[in-house]
Formats: sequence, structure tokens, C-alpha cells
Amino acid sequence: MTRYVFIESRDPFESCDTKFIEETAIAVKERGHDVTVFLVQNGVLAARQNTGRLGRLAEAGVTLLADNFSLRERGIKSEELAHGIQESGISKLVEAIVQEHTKAIWH
Amino acid sequence: MKERSLTLALMDPPYESANSTTALRIISVALEQGINVNVFAYEGAVCLPLKDQSPHANPVKGTTVEEEEHPTTKAFVSSLLAIGKDGPLLTWVNCGLCVDERGAANVVDGVKRGSPADFFKMASESTNTLVIPTK
Repeated sequence: MTRYVFIESRDPFESCDTKFIEETAIAVKERGHDVTVFLVQNGVLAARQNTGRLGRLAEAGVTLLADNFSLRERGIKSEELAHGIQESGISKLVEAIVQEHTKAIWH
Repeated sequence: MKERSLTLALMDPPYESANSTTALRIISVALEQGINVNVFAYEGAVCLPLKDQSPHANPVKGTTVEEEEHPTTKAFVSSLLAIGKDGPLLTWVNCGLCVDERGAANVVDGVKRGSPADFFKMASESTNTLVIPTK
């Protein structure tokens, strides 16, 4: 099994191609791989409950992490995060990408 | 336990994108965790360790250089190279052609000059590689 870590740095309201991550992550998960999407920079704007952006990823069983530094910079509080999204430090990202058989993809 | 290492390819120039900040955070945390880090700075990223950078005052806010404490990427790179001097190691390679194009050879101590062949070698020998491209 290969682990996939997608790092989403783009604002979903600015970049329509954030759909690429959603579709690819779900497709890879459906093939039986372990998948994490780490939201960072403007990517965390999709993590807010009221955007309804990442529901399909959560339902598919993809691990969703949101960078706490990026959340703080944008004034997004933990209680505003959508169900299934965990606030995380960048250390979790580093731990995830230095594992064997892991593909790290920045978007 | 097998020694772990991470290679990063950076392309964004300083003061343009949050990518640079995130990359520096990743390097810092990786070194804290005892992971060796290789950086291949390509295109505008070769200016991250440029020695000629200088902090500035903020005339809009009326603050002095000292009050402003403007962070420079050269200072961050220098600090990270000091942390990653003995182990875990930080190896920072600037792409030589990108440096020449930009006249960006005056860099902080510890930064090496290389080519994409170095990136290939670093990536081949690392536990993993993360490419942070420009948009």
C-alpha cells in the first residue's frame, strides 16, 4: 500500500483546480491507499464548516488536516472547522512525508 | 533506525508567496525532528539566501528599522543552516544557472552552488522529496 499526502495550498474560491485534489484523493482512496489531505496557506479557507467544501473527502475516509498556523493567520477558530477536519501542526505533515512508500504532492 | 532525509525543491522568490514561509517552517520542523534536509533552490528561490537583502523601516506606520524587526529570508536561511550544521544536516544548493541569470551569487555562508544533477542525486538518496512549485 502506498500512502499519499496531498498538500493543498490554494484557495478553493480563487482556484477552480482545487477540484483536482478532491477528485484525485478520492480516486486514490477508492483504490485502497491511505490518503491524507493537508490544508495549508489559503487552502485552509475550505476547512470552514460554512463552506461545505470537503464533505466528499471526509465521507470517502480521507484524513483531513488543517495547518494551525495558517488557520490563526486567517482568524479561523477550531470550532469553525467542518466535521472530520483536524487542526494540526506542520510537524504532522513532516512526520507523514518522511515515511517509506509515501508520495507527497504539493498543489 | 535508518537515518531519514527529506529533499525539498523550492522555486518561489522571496517576499512573493506564502510558499516560502511554509517551506522554511517545514525545514525547521524536520531538523527539530532529527531529519536531514536537502534543499534545491531553483529559479527565483535562489534569492532566498541573498546577502544583499536588508530590513527596512515602515514609513506608513512610522516605525524605524529596529521597531519594525522586518524578517528577511536570508536571516531565516542562515539560522536554519546554523541549526543544521552538525546533525541533523541541512544542505542548501542553489541552482548555478539560476544564480547567474539573476546576478544572485552573493549569498549567506553555507549555501552551495550546484545543478539539477544535484537535485536528482539528493532526491534519489532521500526518504522522500517534496517539490513546491510556483503556481
